[in-house]
Amino acid sequence: MQDFAAAFALAFGLIAEGDAALLEIIWLSLRVSVTAVLIACAFGLPLGAALAVARFPGRGAIVTLLNALMGLPPVVVGLMVYLILSNAGPLGVLGLLYTPTAMIIAQTLLVTPIVAALTRQVIEDLHGEYDEQLRSLGVERLAATATLLWDGRYSLLTVALAGFGRAIAEVGAVMIVGGNINHVTRVMTTAIALETSKGELGLALALGIILVGLAVFVNGCVMSLRAGAGRAAYA
Amino acid sequence: MLELAEPLPQTPLQRAAAARDLEAATILPGRAEDLVYEAGGRRLIDGLELRLEAGPLTVLVGPNGAGKSLLLRLLHGLIEPSAGQLHWAGRAPGKETRRRQAMVFQRPVMLRRSAAANLHYALRAKGLDGLPLAELARDWLARAGLAELAGRPARLLSGGEQQRLAVARALSTGPEVLFLDEPTASLDPASALAIEELILEARAAGTKIVLVTHDLGQARRLADEVVFLYRGRVEAQAPAERFFDDPISDKARAFVAGRIVV
Ligand SMILES: Nc1ncnc2c1ncn2[C@@H]1O[C@H](COP(=O)(O)OP(=O)(O)OP(=O)(O)O)[C@@H](O)[C@H]1O
Ligand SMILES: [Mg+2]
Repeated sequence: MQDFAAAFALAFGLIAEGDAALLEIIWLSLRVSVTAVLIACAFGLPLGAALAVARFPGRGAIVTLLNALMGLPPVVVGLMVYLILSNAGPLGVLGLLYTPTAMIIAQTLLVTPIVAALTRQVIEDLHGEYDEQLRSLGVERLAATATLLWDGRYSLLTVALAGFGRAIAEVGAVMIVGGNINHVTRVMTTAIALETSKGELGLALALGIILVGLAVFVNGCVMSLRAGAGRAAYA
Repeated sequence: MLELAEPLPQTPLQRAAAARDLEAATILPGRAEDLVYEAGGRRLIDGLELRLEAGPLTVLVGPNGAGKSLLLRLLHGLIEPSAGQLHWAGRAPGKETRRRQAMVFQRPVMLRRSAAANLHYALRAKGLDGLPLAELARDWLARAGLAELAGRPARLLSGGEQQRLAVARALSTGPEVLFLDEPTASLDPASALAIEELILEARAAGTKIVLVTHDLGQARRLADEVVFLYRGRVEAQAPAERFFDDPISDKARAFVAGRIVV
């Protein structure tokens, strides 16, 4: 119990003094996950929207596959990216293994199906509501899809944040392809895993608190944004 | 004494002009022959015959579920017939004919934008831009009595205000044919009359109007011609006076008298 209290005291101390090692880890975590989510959105939003409005044979199978990929285990994604980026792998020459870039690649692969699948759902619902009206107005397919993405923007923001939540909290993929190298690829989740296994509970707890705080903060932002949008009936 | 000259051989320029004339040519009359629409194993439109001429304001009446809304969507080219013929001056309903038509749906779809932005969107889709667009939108908002609500989110407008906005949005695009699916169903009497004014103005300007209504008073006020739809078929099509004075069919007579037809 003494240890427990001491760990908490140490954790708050680290946070309060803005410990350099701590900040470095937080910064890298945010950089990797935010970049991954942005790239995932660049692919996932158009992919999901296209899948929502298009009708072609095999569409149902793709939707099912995409939904299944949402639950991809991070360690499996990490393993795949590892195999591709390792020296013997097809992209081994790039020398990306154990770099933040490799971590971004892994998290992008992890988050893109989430963004695409959730976008498909959001846009398909909106499409059901808008389709005949937009066709009546003579709006072309591409412009209609853009309209759906724009009018669904508040729901899509939630989609992006769901992706961010997944990325920032996962440990398996970044651990495998990043290697948890101090000052290079150590992020919050891998640091927590390492520090805990070493029995250094102070830093682990400090990072845990920050991670939870971040989750609460992000969710708070979403809720207030959606509430605002709801008041204007735009959500 | 001038004799009518034989048409001269066409130059490319004349041919281009002729093509433009054809492009500008009316999409009326509309014609449905033996039209069938099936869904869920039911014949919802069942061998329907209809002719829509330029000019008269056509009012479509009939009991709930008769197929009025389906017919409008078929005519507008939003859904495909299962069988039969449907064309506008020889052209199958599609993008081209739709460009010159507009529709107010039974349940108006409001885009997640302000009332004014809903109008802007429709006008931009028709290729308008800049100042003319803004002025036209302002004009139509005023005509629909929505000038004060221009900046309000469209989906927060009351049901009647939304319907007025939908009518303004459809009329603002200057369609040749306008389909109205119960456009005054949830309007107070004054607003309903205001919308009727807009409809009559559009008719005077040459717009062909096809209006679905359950309000027989409104039908009497507006109709030049009445089409009575019953179980997916046109049971009667007649000039308005004739329809209301001496309905052709027993079913139509019962309907006009306010008796339930099943
Ligand atoms: N996609 C569909 N699948 C199955 N049945 C349908 C479908 N669309 C419409 N119907 C049925 O077709 C019939 C005609 O529908 P429609 O909406 O045209 O009626 P309506 O004449 O407009 O009635 P109302 O006066 O109530 O608006 C109804 O019985 C309806 O249940
Ligand atoms: Mg209807």
